[in-house]
Amino acid sequence: MSDPRSTETVEPTATSTVSADTTKTLRDEPRGRTGWARILLGRDAIMIYLLIATIIIAMISIPRFASPVTVGFLLLDVIPVLLIAMPMTLIIITGEIDLSVASIAGLTSALMGVLWQAGWDIGIVLVLGLVIGVLAGMFNGFLVAVFGLPSLAVTIGTLALFRGLALVVIGDNAVANFPPELTGFFTSKIGATGIPTVMIGVVLIVAVFGVILHFTPFGRGLYALGFSTEAARFVGIHVARSKFWLYVASGGVSALAGIFWTLRYSSARSDNASGLELAVIAAVLLGGVSIFGGKGSIPGVVAGVLLIGTINYALRLGRVSDVVLIIVTGTLLIASVVAPSIFDAVKRRRHDRRVRRELPQAQPSGSVSA
Amino acid sequence: MSPEPTTDVGTPPPTVLALRHAAKTFGPVVALADGTIELRAGEIHALVGENGAGKSTLVKILAGLYHPDAGEFTVDGQPVAFRTVADSKAAGISVIYQEPTLFPDLTVAENIFIGRQPKGRSGLISRARMRTEARSLFERLGVPIDPDRIAEGLSIADQQIIEIAKAISLDAKVVVMDEPTAALSGVEVDRLFAVARGLRDGGAGILFISHRFDEIFALTDRITVMRDGRYIGTHDTAAVTTPVIVREMVGRDIAQLFPKVEAEIGDAVLTVEGLSSAGVFSDIDFEVRSGEIVALAGLVGAGRTEVARAVFGIDGYDRGSVELLGRPLRPRDPQAAIDAGIGFVPEDRRKQGLVMDLSVARNATLTLRNSLARFGLINGARERAVAAEWTKRLQVKTGSQEYTVATLSGGNQQKVVLAKWLATEPKLLIVDEPTRGIDVGTKAEVHRLLSDLAGRGIAILMISSELPEVLGMADRVLVMHEGRITAQLDRADATPEAVMHAATASREHSA
Repeated sequence: MSDPRSTETVEPTATSTVSADTTKTLRDEPRGRTGWARILLGRDAIMIYLLIATIIIAMISIPRFASPVTVGFLLLDVIPVLLIAMPMTLIIITGEIDLSVASIAGLTSALMGVLWQAGWDIGIVLVLGLVIGVLAGMFNGFLVAVFGLPSLAVTIGTLALFRGLALVVIGDNAVANFPPELTGFFTSKIGATGIPTVMIGVVLIVAVFGVILHFTPFGRGLYALGFSTEAARFVGIHVARSKFWLYVASGGVSALAGIFWTLRYSSARSDNASGLELAVIAAVLLGGVSIFGGKGSIPGVVAGVLLIGTINYALRLGRVSDVVLIIVTGTLLIASVVAPSIFDAVKRRRHDRRVRRELPQAQPSGSVSA
Repeated sequence: MSPEPTTDVGTPPPTVLALRHAAKTFGPVVALADGTIELRAGEIHALVGENGAGKSTLVKILAGLYHPDAGEFTVDGQPVAFRTVADSKAAGISVIYQEPTLFPDLTVAENIFIGRQPKGRSGLISRARMRTEARSLFERLGVPIDPDRIAEGLSIADQQIIEIAKAISLDAKVVVMDEPTAALSGVEVDRLFAVARGLRDGGAGILFISHRFDEIFALTDRITVMRDGRYIGTHDTAAVTTPVIVREMVGRDIAQLFPKVEAEIGDAVLTVEGLSSAGVFSDIDFEVRSGEIVALAGLVGAGRTEVARAVFGIDGYDRGSVELLGRPLRPRDPQAAIDAGIGFVPEDRRKQGLVMDLSVARNATLTLRNSLARFGLINGARERAVAAEWTKRLQVKTGSQEYTVATLSGGNQQKVVLAKWLATEPKLLIVDEPTRGIDVGTKAEVHRLLSDLAGRGIAILMISSELPEVLGMADRVLVMHEGRITAQLDRADATPEAVMHAATASREHSA
């Protein structure tokens, strides 16, 4: 990788502004960077480097990793997580959470199975699967945004509720006889690349969420909302409305994940995708989204999802047991939360030491506001 | 200038705390270059300076929160180096912050004795002893607070008193009060001052930090001035005047504290009729015309902010109407108010005015996010350009537009709030305590700016608890008391007595 720091030196900016006016304080070192350094040394970039490094290491050390088959299965595995991670990122940025996503996917799956078995047209089955997800999302959104109930409590409730409904709908049955051309499509690849055809749609959805978060007034509002609801209201952000639509989006995308799950495995069951919500939230947090809201980005989350997916897939190929997989994922998550604060602490100490050395030269100028 | 304190003649009482030539830097930023303070036993000592002068840093060093990079620090003549807040407390220093943080679910007595509860014979906490000791503390302070009351819901003034009681129970030799009066009403200020004088007479040294000169001159014995992180000088309060202190604080004369420009007053921009909200305010009628500055005066809690919030649509109201330029405004819809041309600089810039963790640029353009978008997408280059333009116009001092707004000083933060509303080119600007907690220099800048805006035909509704500001800036003064407008005074009739009279009681002054 080319080194951008040759032109955008980072450290010297710190010393060159020693003529400091007292209006600045320095909790903001990483944010103090500007231009390319900011992007290439940011949290997102680090996630992407980590991802690339992981892929390279896996290619070298695990014999059968470097093949189109890997690409195909790896992507098929991460698609549900990647999909749901999109609305989840936006929701967590506003300081809320949605734990019911996997249950919505399960409910969608169950409904699809029952309707298909009852002889409905597959097109209508798919649409109704999506509709039930949207309705479930509206229910969440209604309770959280309109009534102002805490989202953690609400979605723990609906996590159980929607899964329960799935069980009521389909019972212990499994429906497996979906049209082969459809299930075939969901596992098909684009030519010889090994990339699943459905990735086209997934990439589109990711792009849509990325644009919404990073380039629209609505997205700007979400960050403001995550930091301070009160400040957001003062600039005219519709707090309740914004949250409501996020939950609707979450329900809709979870339903899409449920449809994908059902048709990829050609199996509609009530326990499809169970436990997926934790995988999604882990990936989102690993991707740099703050659980307290206000921070995070779509590129970071995509890298986070792919990183966890790659590690899992590589370890499985390397015949590492599932138990170890879970331990690795958990450790990674904790590391991702702890690493930035260790990084900060080290940097602060380095700073203090330098400051003590240089202190006698520090001459504050007496600039006063005019 | 000499860094040594210019102490007066005579035999001064012993110096209880001395910090000399203290320095503290944060990376490239020098927060304190030469912090010096000498506090005697039995005096109330004011520490003044603009925001960013280094007062807070100095206080944090005294409190043991920061470790100075250089300088000498003695308590009772003994050199000290605090590693933690506990060290500072053990040395007899208590710091009372502007907004104390009591544990809301514990009782007053429990809060006072938290972590060092008196024990009974059984070795368990003796609630009875705790209660009687707390009660005797309050008796000493002459303030009736029930020790068994839960701390939640106590006024800020009472919370400060509890912190002071805690300080006394710790045998504090030094009590530092960091802008204690900023959120207090007149009566509460008087009570706090009585308590402070009592402490002084008991031999404690009190460091009093404030932006309000009337309080400084009423209360303190000596004044130390800081500027740009440096010690400037110490004076006997009786021997100096406000202009001298202000000149030292800003390093120049502030020609006119309230640069009121005569503006041409035009048609009504905002018309409020019969606005009522049960239990909050009732029958509010007023209008603000273009080019006019209308001040809403009154005591804290009179309902001024609530009226402004209802006008802007943050809160709802039960009856009445709000019209902007003759068009009714939708209730409970701040976006509609913004679109119609209202800007609102709220009283709490940290919680309401700004998103503290977002960059200066993002904050400055947050109000414009819809108009910055083309085909639904925000134009990043234009966003930065607009932010740069407005922060430059208002002379916001920041290293980069990308710095988080939390890193700016209070005065500069307030400028960012003003920038984000001025960028919307409002027809009516509501400013709620526009200069609270900001330094003298920036204050004058804000006043000049408001005057200038009025001169350009913008209608301004200003809420302020500072009487000089109200009288100096306003064309018309509306005084509120317990949710009602009790007086409407023209600039010529608005005397301090008339305003205070209407603010404190009777409605007989109604115009």
